[in-house]
Amino acid sequence: MTNMSMVEAIRDALDVVMTKDDRVIVFGEDVGYFGGVFRCTQGLQEKHGKLRCFDTPINESGIVGTAIGMAAYGLRPCIEIQFADYMYPAFDQISQEASRIRYRSNGDFTCPMVIRMPTGGGIFGGETHSQSPEALFTHVSGLKTVLPSNPYDVKGMLIAAIEDPDPVIFLEPKRLYHGPFDGHHEAEAKTWKGHPLGEVPEGYYTVPLGKAAVRREGADVTVLTYGTMVHVALAAAEEQGVDAEIIDLRSLLPLDLETIEASVRKTGRCVVAHEATLTSGFGAELAARIQKECFYHLEAPVRRVAGWDVPYPHAQEWYYFPGPARLGQALLETLEA
Amino acid sequence: MAARKKTAKPNVSKEELLQYYKDMLLIRRFEEKAGQLYGMGLIGGFCHLYIGQEAVVVGLEAAAEEGDKRITSYRDHGHMLACGMDPNGVMAELTGREGGYSKGKGGSMHMFSKEKHFYGGHGIVGAQVPLGAGLAFADKYLENGRVTFTYFGDGAANQGQVYETFNMAALWDLPVIFVIENNQYAMGTSMQRSTSTPDIYTRGAAFGIPGETVDGMDVLAVKEASEKAVAHCRSGKGPYILEVKTYRYRGHSMSDPAKYRTREEVQKMREERDAIEHVRQMLLTGKHATEDDLKAIDKEIKAIVNESAEFAKTSPEPALDELYTDIYADA
Repeated sequence: MTNMSMVEAIRDALDVVMTKDDRVIVFGEDVGYFGGVFRCTQGLQEKHGKLRCFDTPINESGIVGTAIGMAAYGLRPCIEIQFADYMYPAFDQISQEASRIRYRSNGDFTCPMVIRMPTGGGIFGGETHSQSPEALFTHVSGLKTVLPSNPYDVKGMLIAAIEDPDPVIFLEPKRLYHGPFDGHHEAEAKTWKGHPLGEVPEGYYTVPLGKAAVRREGADVTVLTYGTMVHVALAAAEEQGVDAEIIDLRSLLPLDLETIEASVRKTGRCVVAHEATLTSGFGAELAARIQKECFYHLEAPVRRVAGWDVPYPHAQEWYYFPGPARLGQALLETLEA
Repeated sequence: MAARKKTAKPNVSKEELLQYYKDMLLIRRFEEKAGQLYGMGLIGGFCHLYIGQEAVVVGLEAAAEEGDKRITSYRDHGHMLACGMDPNGVMAELTGREGGYSKGKGGSMHMFSKEKHFYGGHGIVGAQVPLGAGLAFADKYLENGRVTFTYFGDGAANQGQVYETFNMAALWDLPVIFVIENNQYAMGTSMQRSTSTPDIYTRGAAFGIPGETVDGMDVLAVKEASEKAVAHCRSGKGPYILEVKTYRYRGHSMSDPAKYRTREEVQKMREERDAIEHVRQMLLTGKHATEDDLKAIDKEIKAIVNESAEFAKTSPEPALDELYTDIYADA
């Protein structure tokens, strides 16, 4: 075991897979020589050569499109879109080519590729460097969408994603790259040192896609969340003294309904939390599933805590961000309902 | 389009000429039959016929070797037949049947063949172009000496991702031949109304990609240009652009009011520039074939096409549970 940040764990995962399988190639804007804007690919070009880890022009549609061609031909591209906010020019390629080559070719050609993207806010990036577009991807059949929340998961899930036979959207909460963040922005930033999930095994291991993790067991209310909000939820439950069961979904599609349903049936109450805007967010999908499958176990309406339905603000970032106070309030209200 | 240039003595054997004739005729008769089946209600939705453009893909394929790849847009039936895919499977995909190349799930615009290295069949204008560069990247990575024919039209040539791809292909010396099938109309919008440069291939100069324009109604001219382009790519010199000036006789798809060009313009092309008639005359005047020989070929092709139509009518519709297959590996 070695203590790693999420950045180091991602780099380690890429190194492990590139060493194991020469079909794996890694590229994107600033990914090769520079080592990535968040340094997730640092050292990979030196170690694995310029043909396996390289820079591209600034052209997201072209990056994704060429990767699809490579994947259809049997390579295993793992590409980086520098910020999830930059993927919109490539959305045609993602939602109509990558996701559907298998279907449209009757299984003749497939698209085993990973698109890594830093997601979410918390770094004063403003509206074009802070968005959480996960629901745009979960709306597309043929894609898998995952969003790990710590170094242990990010390494194991990235290896699993690269080895997966289908295209995986791999969202990395950028505020968690260097340490857990519970929403207390005024407090000094923490690192992953000393955090149990910062302890990362050396070498190869996988964390399967499609399995949620219970981060805190509890009896009174279930919190369904992912990414940065996992850490916010843990803090909120602690601060309000609520015996909440906190589930880190990790994988949005495929979704671990079994774990979700078992928990909600047990607690009878549920709060869904995400950083993305409320309306048509992934929380709406979760709430709909729960009311369908757990209706007779519910003792209170399912409540959603999310970003407001506004562009991600710059100066007012912490009014937008659903921090521990907002989430804590929702927990209390759900218990009283 | 300018009149046909007089080719001096064409450097082509009787066998080759006959093969091109057969290949082009198969595409034309197949497409005519598809048009009929559409009219009968057996094909639904979209159906973009290749009639008029046959010399393009047949000339290009003449320079291809085993293992070379091709990828194209939605006007794709001709490409599939020219690379040797089974007419039955193509026609049955048009009618949406189980026996179609994509089991009826793709339709006219979305078919693939691993065996023939045909990577589709793409319904979004220009979207296949970066994929073609990706295929070529894989060839370069695997050092296998293969090339990729990436086809797109004059309409797609105005999409941004085409130029993203030109830049990457040139930057990385990818073995890709960009074939611009310039049939002069992007749906109902003429080149004059949509495109800043009369010769699209000249845009490659901005990226350092060599290219040329070629008469797409002359299969031998296309073949010659294709050989040159393939040799360039295979020798590791990077991408090449071939702008093939051609003409489609039919509408963009099946419901096309055809108000954007005159009936006379189409008629003139058919009468004066038809690529199949051109080869037919060469066969007859060169005494490579008699009228009777050509009639026999016609009959042979008609039989293939009729069989494909019969297959496409009788192949069963896909089972309902196919709705959920081939979406993910495990489902």
